Amino acid sequence: MFRTLPNYLKVAVCVKRVVDYTVKVRVKDNKVQTANSKMSVNPFDEIAMEEAIQLREKKVADEVIAITIGNKKADEVLRTALALGCDKAMHVVVPDAAAESVEPLAIAQILQKIHEEIKPDIWILGKQAVDGDFGCTAQLLAGLLDAAQGTFASKVEVKGTKVNVTREVDAGRQVVELSMPCVLAADLRLNTPRFPKLPNIMKARKKPVETRDVATLGVDITPHLTTQTVTEPTIRKAGVKVKTVDEFYNKLHEAKVI
Amino acid sequence: MLRVTAPSLGKALVVVEMINGKVSPATLSAITAASKVGPVTALVASAAAKDAAQVLAKIKPLASVLTAVGEQYNHGLPEEYAPLIDAAVRANGYTHVFAGTSAFGKNVIPRAAAKQGCMPIPEVTEVKDEHTFVRETYAGNAITTIKSSDKIKYCTLRGTAFEHAEEEGGSAVVEDFPATPAAGKSSFVEDQLSSSDKPDLATATTVISGGRGMKNGENFKMLEDLAAPLSAAVGATRAVVDAGYVPNEMQVGQTGKTVAPNFYLACGISGAIQHVAGMKSSKVIAVVNTDAEAPFFQIADYGIVEDLFKVVPALTEKIKAGGRR
Repeated sequence: MFRTLPNYLKVAVCVKRVVDYTVKVRVKDNKVQTANSKMSVNPFDEIAMEEAIQLREKKVADEVIAITIGNKKADEVLRTALALGCDKAMHVVVPDAAAESVEPLAIAQILQKIHEEIKPDIWILGKQAVDGDFGCTAQLLAGLLDAAQGTFASKVEVKGTKVNVTREVDAGRQVVELSMPCVLAADLRLNTPRFPKLPNIMKARKKPVETRDVATLGVDITPHLTTQTVTEPTIRKAGVKVKTVDEFYNKLHEAKVI
Repeated sequence: MLRVTAPSLGKALVVVEMINGKVSPATLSAITAASKVGPVTALVASAAAKDAAQVLAKIKPLASVLTAVGEQYNHGLPEEYAPLIDAAVRANGYTHVFAGTSAFGKNVIPRAAAKQGCMPIPEVTEVKDEHTFVRETYAGNAITTIKSSDKIKYCTLRGTAFEHAEEEGGSAVVEDFPATPAAGKSSFVEDQLSSSDKPDLATATTVISGGRGMKNGENFKMLEDLAAPLSAAVGATRAVVDAGYVPNEMQVGQTGKTVAPNFYLACGISGAIQHVAGMKSSKVIAVVNTDAEAPFFQIADYGIVEDLFKVVPALTEKIKAGGRR
């Protein structure tokens, strides 16, 4: 089933190329306009990668494989992954036309196929991608693999054949112990990702990336959800600026909020 | 009862989250949303599921309550819940499986959906009909209406977007549901919860939040002093949580909690996209910031360009002196 030798874990980490989190997207013609927007690695995935690399630095893991699913351009996030120190990179290539509509379920099903092949002990994903805001790929993958899941992880400790995960929950934290293989979803609090160094970026360009055509994996990527409309949120208008604290209090009092 | 002429009515299952013997506010919102698609059944699982069922049976829109008794469900582990939800779906043919958008709901619902090969729909803000739902993407910058072709819709419902179901006056039928065998893939170790007797951030009617302008953690005491007479909850931005000023569960924003109080007072917060995503549905927004160019002023109903260290204590004084409301 999976390798149980301690200190020799295989870690797979998933990375998504998304519109940079600082970009304020516009909605036009019933579609989110993403053309010519700055793209970058999904921030939660940077954290997932950092955790995977730290596990190897602590000699808990001996191999880190970065995987992305997307169109040709998604290749660039794998270059970042390799520059940061991931050992291998795999790119599941999706045609441009379909790339934007690949849903978390299809992603999880693709990862399930890859799992059968590479059999990692730990999967680390970001807890959500900042474009679709679905936040469910890790849970879906764990469900498909029938593996344990550690979502919203803020601390990960490998103890022999178990993984202790501290999870960020509504009222604080929860610690759970998971059997391997398991799927983790990184919260912001897990770590502070490093920046790739220039020489490593140069070297990463030459490293091979294994590419797969999504069609060869036998996963149906037809969306289950069809978008009917996309609109801008109702725009709030700026109200009044007041000069003094008295005026501020009076306004709030008139509005019956204090 | 009003007859609905829709060709086929749904049959909804709501997965219940209990907090200290009470139904979580997010679950109450999910029940309201579920009642739009058809008769609603609540599923409650824990060692004390029978006690919980007594509380649930009184919730007005519920037609029935399923109880699954088992120690394995006590800490909301998804590895235990997903097979149970799936067994209930297979036995009773639900068309919709709902839960509130909480750490619990977000953890459990997608895993249950995977068992049926369905695509979950997280953080729904509006139920248009049995197949059509509204949700936000890109940190709330796009509102998307989607239609699901799945036979079963697995959704989490954003608590702030739906009224709470009435907790009295109902008489749901309580039924036992056989517990699923313990999966044993994961185990609960411990909870590290922040003890707080203050109002819950996600459901408070007034929220006072502090950002980087608060300068340090001790200064949050000032916000708490203002919050106390207003029965308000205190929130924070990611920046101050990261800086360790306040605990993580106080974070409001895309990656923290979504709030929609009657009144949101932002102190020393610039108004970054990610923060605004978590609070822009608030009814009245007021902003205190020394920077007149702060983006927050563009959406605030009331703003004051002034040092929060002057404004907050002065407001506290005035409220205490004036006798509020």
